[in-house]
Amino acid sequence: MATPTVVREAVETTASPPPVKPRKRGRNRRDQIAGYLFLTPWILGFVLLTVGPMAASLYLSFTNYNLFTSPQWVGFDNYVQLLSDPRYHQSVKVTLHYVLVSVPVKLVVALGVALLLNNSRRGQGFYRSAFYAPSLLGASVSVAIVWRALFSDDAIVDRALRLVGLNIGGWIGNPDYALWLLILLAVWQFGAPMVIFLAGLKQVPQELHEAAAVDGAGRWRRFISITLPMLSPVIFFNLLLETINAFQVFTSAFVVSSGATGGAGGPAGSTLVYTIYLYQRGFQDLRMGYASAMAWMLLLVVGLVTVLMFRLARFWVFYGGDDDR
Amino acid sequence: MTTQAVSASSSSATRTGARRRTLTTVLWHVGTLILLAIVLYPLVWLFGASLRPSHDIVGNIGLFPTSPEFGNYQRALEGIAGVPVSRFFLNSLLLAVGSVIGTVISSALAAYAFARIRFTGRGVLFALMISTLLLPFHVLIIPQYIVFQRVGLVDTYVPLLLGKFLATEAFFVFLMVQFMRGLPRDLDEAAKIDGCGHARIFWHVILPLARPAIITTSIFAFIWSWNDFLGPLLYLQTPDNYTLPRALQLYIDQTSASDYGAMIAMSMLALVPVILFFLAFQRFLVEGVSTSGLKG
Repeated sequence: MATPTVVREAVETTASPPPVKPRKRGRNRRDQIAGYLFLTPWILGFVLLTVGPMAASLYLSFTNYNLFTSPQWVGFDNYVQLLSDPRYHQSVKVTLHYVLVSVPVKLVVALGVALLLNNSRRGQGFYRSAFYAPSLLGASVSVAIVWRALFSDDAIVDRALRLVGLNIGGWIGNPDYALWLLILLAVWQFGAPMVIFLAGLKQVPQELHEAAAVDGAGRWRRFISITLPMLSPVIFFNLLLETINAFQVFTSAFVVSSGATGGAGGPAGSTLVYTIYLYQRGFQDLRMGYASAMAWMLLLVVGLVTVLMFRLARFWVFYGGDDDR
Repeated sequence: MTTQAVSASSSSATRTGARRRTLTTVLWHVGTLILLAIVLYPLVWLFGASLRPSHDIVGNIGLFPTSPEFGNYQRALEGIAGVPVSRFFLNSLLLAVGSVIGTVISSALAAYAFARIRFTGRGVLFALMISTLLLPFHVLIIPQYIVFQRVGLVDTYVPLLLGKFLATEAFFVFLMVQFMRGLPRDLDEAAKIDGCGHARIFWHVILPLARPAIITTSIFAFIWSWNDFLGPLLYLQTPDNYTLPRALQLYIDQTSASDYGAMIAMSMLALVPVILFFLAFQRFLVEGVSTSGLKG
């Protein structure tokens, strides 16, 4: 969760780091030292808790390691095993399903509600905050427990659906529906992208809409030809962050499915998202090498998806109004 | 005569226009409120359910019981696994406060360097910092766990707090960088002419001005730590050290044997601080999400 400039910033700074202009010598040296002194905690964290562990897990992914005996080099064995591990395939399938459905639906709902709230009527601020609340609470165990309670056998959702003639039963124990309740839980937290959409909508110049209206463009036409293109950087930003976040879902899937037959990820592997399988392999079976290989596969996939999204962005993200930056 | 007639007819036209506008406003409010009711239903349901006896919770669609009971809360307060809830609560609080302190100090320092000091390598380091925003945490948890296990720090709060003191959450660093960049440069220049070094400029000029960003960071750091589940799941082993979310998991693990009503009451209790924070600081939270970056 952050803001669109992050993305632009990332692209621009990686493309060309801002030149450091040489200034008066004495001041400059003092600045050099001060810069690194102020950054010391961050650099320590970056080296010890990010880069170091990344390198370590890359190494471990080529070993068998159970925490107690020393790591044993096995080459690409772990990666080869992944290819023929049915549980792994299941976790990839479940995760893709989750990401590909929850992200677009969540963003469409977020944009829809943002459009609904985007006017000068009184109470807008109140509604904006109220719709945002689930985003703050949604990641908690408490809300996952509520979801369990709402979707179990003979519980509220079951009863409500029976009223309209749908006899599904509880979703928790049903492999066909269990993942859908996690998707619903993700969509429920549409508030954060909605807030970002609203901020983006405020920046769409009103003159464009007025000019188009004078030319006889209807609401729908103006939405398609003005609002969407002007909003495209914000859409891209939300899409990128929500996709990366969705790949990392853990708590809700873990809590909702724990106690299911076959443990977390159940029933019948229907909620076995990537992180849960990684957790089971690494911390329950103590196959740290195998889990590290899983982690690196995910890193590669998420990296590829990110690069691809940036590449494709060129064709649909419109930065026209941003020259003033 | 004619002008009068024209003005009369146009004023009646504006009157019907105004009436139509009020009508759409009313419809808009009704529609939005219905949508809001659907979205907030699960939370309100949780509150109502926590006041019902265990056997009456699942399947009860209603919001508030006619005769609320507080038995669930009484039993929840007794705790689980021989540990009272107050203990879990204090543990969560300790971790959350520690996270806030660590995050604010470390991200403010890093942000000052990125926003206000010119030094070689700043651009590259900044790009690296931003790229960690997009890094899936999976790659890190296994080696981090191995290290903390080797040095005997599992089942302590060190693994959960260390990263906070080392500014590993790039979101907060970025939030503060954005804010500090917006502060007028003349202030530092004036302070420099008065002979202030970076330490004094940071402490006396920038930090006081960055209060809004610090408040936003604190609230988010608190709530994220309070809600965190994976960290405590990996690192905390003895129930005495558990946080509220980790303790809640105990209830779920022993589904059949455990007390459903107490579990629901405890879920409610775990949400109360977050809800209070939200009600008190919603402005800062929503602004933090929306404006800090869009202003560019």
